[in-house]
Amino acid sequence: MIGFRTPRQAAVLAEQASGDVVVVQRGSASLTLRRLAQDPTSIVAAGFIIALVMFAIFAPIVAQLTGHLPNQQFRTLGLSPAGIPVAPSADFVFGTDHLGRDVMVRLAYGARVSLLVGVLASLLAAAIGIIIGTIAGYFGGRTDTILSRIMDLAMSVPFLLCAISLVSVLGPSLQLSTGVIVFFTWTPIGRVIRGQVLALRQREFVEAARSLGSSHASIMLRDILPNLMVPIIIYTTLMIPAAIVFEATLSFLGMGIVPPDASWGGMLSEAAGNSIYLAAPWLVLIPGVALLLTTLAFNLLGDGLRDALDPQAARKA
Amino acid sequence: MAVLEVKNLNVRIPTEDGVIHAVRDVSFTVEAGGFFGIVGESGSGKSVLVQAIMGLVPNATITGEALFNGRDLLAIKPDELRKIRGASVSMIFQDPLSSLHPQFTIGWQITEQIRTHEKMSKAEADARTVELLRKVGIPNPEERFSAYPHQFSGGMRQRVMIAMALSLNPALIIADEPTTALDSTVQAQILELLREMRNEFDATVVMITHDLGVLGKVADTMMVMYAGNRLEIGPASELFAQPAHPYTAGLLRSSPSNYAPGSTLIPIAGRPPSLLGTQTGCIFADRCPDVMAQCATAPPLRHYANGLKSSCWLTTAPTEPTPGPAPTHNTVPISIITANTAEIATPIVLTRDLRLSFRDRRKRTNVDVLNGIDLALYRGETLGLVGESGCGKSTLARAMAGLIPATSGDVIVAGHKLATIRKSDWRALRTEIQVVFQDPYGALNPRRRVGSIIGDPFRIHHISSGEKRKKSVQQLMELVGLNPEHYNRFPAQFSGGQRQRIGIARALALNPAVIICDEPVSALDVSIQAQVLNLMSSLQREFNLTYLFISHDLAVVRHICDRIAVMDQGRIVELADTEELYTNPQHEFTRSLLEASAPIARPLAGEWPRLLSTEQPKQELVS
Repeated sequence: MIGFRTPRQAAVLAEQASGDVVVVQRGSASLTLRRLAQDPTSIVAAGFIIALVMFAIFAPIVAQLTGHLPNQQFRTLGLSPAGIPVAPSADFVFGTDHLGRDVMVRLAYGARVSLLVGVLASLLAAAIGIIIGTIAGYFGGRTDTILSRIMDLAMSVPFLLCAISLVSVLGPSLQLSTGVIVFFTWTPIGRVIRGQVLALRQREFVEAARSLGSSHASIMLRDILPNLMVPIIIYTTLMIPAAIVFEATLSFLGMGIVPPDASWGGMLSEAAGNSIYLAAPWLVLIPGVALLLTTLAFNLLGDGLRDALDPQAARKA
Repeated sequence: MAVLEVKNLNVRIPTEDGVIHAVRDVSFTVEAGGFFGIVGESGSGKSVLVQAIMGLVPNATITGEALFNGRDLLAIKPDELRKIRGASVSMIFQDPLSSLHPQFTIGWQITEQIRTHEKMSKAEADARTVELLRKVGIPNPEERFSAYPHQFSGGMRQRVMIAMALSLNPALIIADEPTTALDSTVQAQILELLREMRNEFDATVVMITHDLGVLGKVADTMMVMYAGNRLEIGPASELFAQPAHPYTAGLLRSSPSNYAPGSTLIPIAGRPPSLLGTQTGCIFADRCPDVMAQCATAPPLRHYANGLKSSCWLTTAPTEPTPGPAPTHNTVPISIITANTAEIATPIVLTRDLRLSFRDRRKRTNVDVLNGIDLALYRGETLGLVGESGCGKSTLARAMAGLIPATSGDVIVAGHKLATIRKSDWRALRTEIQVVFQDPYGALNPRRRVGSIIGDPFRIHHISSGEKRKKSVQQLMELVGLNPEHYNRFPAQFSGGQRQRIGIARALALNPAVIICDEPVSALDVSIQAQVLNLMSSLQREFNLTYLFISHDLAVVRHICDRIAVMDQGRIVELADTEELYTNPQHEFTRSLLEASAPIARPLAGEWPRLLSTEQPKQELVS
């Protein structure tokens, strides 16, 4: 290192002196939170999601409080003498299903599956999409062509056909449905990231990093990735509801969670079987509404986050 | 008769950080047939002012009056205002490409505008459009009538915009930075056109700009704005000869075009204040060289005999600070460098017949950007590289820095041929050659803290880490005049001038021999430009740096460079010592560049004018 001296110029010092900004400079995180807090829709959505997560985490406690296990059948209490499920009451808050099981307890255990698969699959898919998208966008040229064609390929595989054939070969399981969801959801975020990287690559700070001798990995990790946090957060949030619906679809078709374990898609499927929902409509309504509200909450939160994180897109008050 | 009369205009814009008081109590009168100039640095409220009058600032609280031919524009309905905006007032904006619709021909756009406001047949409107295009100097107007905006160059597009503005014979033309995005030679043509058009159409023009020099060439009345305040107003010639306000005087001084060979620039210290706080006293007091005790209270308005009105306590001429000692940048005498004696001084960067072409994918042709550049850069000198946009000067800089490979020819940096260099050598070479980029907003990663941006070179080259790195970074920050305590801030928390200092600090970190500066000050305000230029000069003296200084602004280059290379269409057309080039330009292109950037002749200051009267400020309630 060279020994630095300080040529103190009057002008320079004066700039420093007046350089302290009077305005409170808020960090981006606190700004985002402030903007989010001004949006009642986002707050309700976030509140719902937090409540749902608590409901899922404390599913065993729900089971303990009611005294009903998720797979326990109450053939005398939970079924009418004719074998029809009982409607919501003090004993069974959300009623029982066709085997006399407590729908509320099953809903709580089903929420665990939905959230686990939804969040896990989205994070995995986002990670793959980010890695492939960044590499494709950063290197461009032949790398980009190959990776983009792979994305096109992944997008053009028929989802149900592929899922059904995989299940019939490997048998249904949680891991398999997660894998299928990841495979079918990583491409959109990959494309978005690729496009953003393509634009960021042209920015002068990337060139500045190159001129300092940064390696490619360092430029991608330290210079490009931090600038992608906004689309990454938004897209990942918006991918979660899609993955939850995905998982429910698979379970509904019998390709997800294996009965008797509870999952929302499976509950809907059981309600549809034997047309039991005609006698007990809550069997469709309760998991259906739960699914609807969850998806809606995640989508609204994603929209709210987009407005809060991206001030240019946000409408001015 | 006054076309536009603005009285006590206040504009407040609510933002997330609080209410910005963008325009404070500004009054002015634009006489019919006049050329009224509004000058101010970025953030002075000059654009907001006219946009507020035209009803183009939504959400703003606007008080005061703006009488256009006797009607208060601030009081009438939005519908009527829109009619006035189209038919009686035209606006010309900075970027003609984004103001023209890309999917329609320019002829269609002008005819359409005529026909929405006036009843006339299509043929008549077409004929009038062609006539207008001819008047604004578009060659072959009949043919160009059906061309699209992207088929015109920047200057031609601005001509089209002017034709469009004139199409309805407006009573008032408002031009917001109409020449800022243009090259200096084109800029001069557009200014000339504006002046001609004013005479021919008898229009009244209000022009907004940050460039005093531009206004000095055309305006007859001028208003100087600073942080939302009107500081001075009066006849342009008097304002140039003998500004009454210290800020105007400072602006004139810090402009590099007022350069005397061998002196440093005198910048205005400090930077503009935030518009968020409430204002007490004179807004310029913090940066004013003539600051007095009274300045803490609101300044009075002084009327002078020469027509100037200045909001200042000062009753004498603003003091002229004496220029600092002349910089002696050369360690190698210029005579040695230019005597073409390569054995005496070996160049640190050398290009030999450097050629570079890009492939145009759509047209499937190669576009030549550099057509054989031979350039030598010697240790300790500052070589200026001047040319208009698109001449390849930035490409040359990147090729010399090794950031883009040349198509053919050699770049030799400190004895290494860049084309055949090994990867590890290339990294090592980074300690020899560094780049300072044009855009202080784009060259710093917005998501990283200043400490880690400046510390990057130490991290990448594994020089130091942890506390040691932090200490080096803080030394660098102090060196370039930044507060080392701001180590943890993000780039967005700094002003433009400070950000350019961050860029310079980063470039200095590896202690390079050569720094390539790609338009380092063109994005900065005049008063800040001078600060950065002075910093660069002092660093050069201290560390014996070699600069390649790229600019489109001949005045800036003249101030800082020993030799100047003039570039046109990928070739160097002239290379000479700075003063030699200025006094005796050889090439036609150099001459036209010099002509276009010639500083306005400041009339000699006469005797200090008599003070006619003093208006005490109204005790206004500050909300």
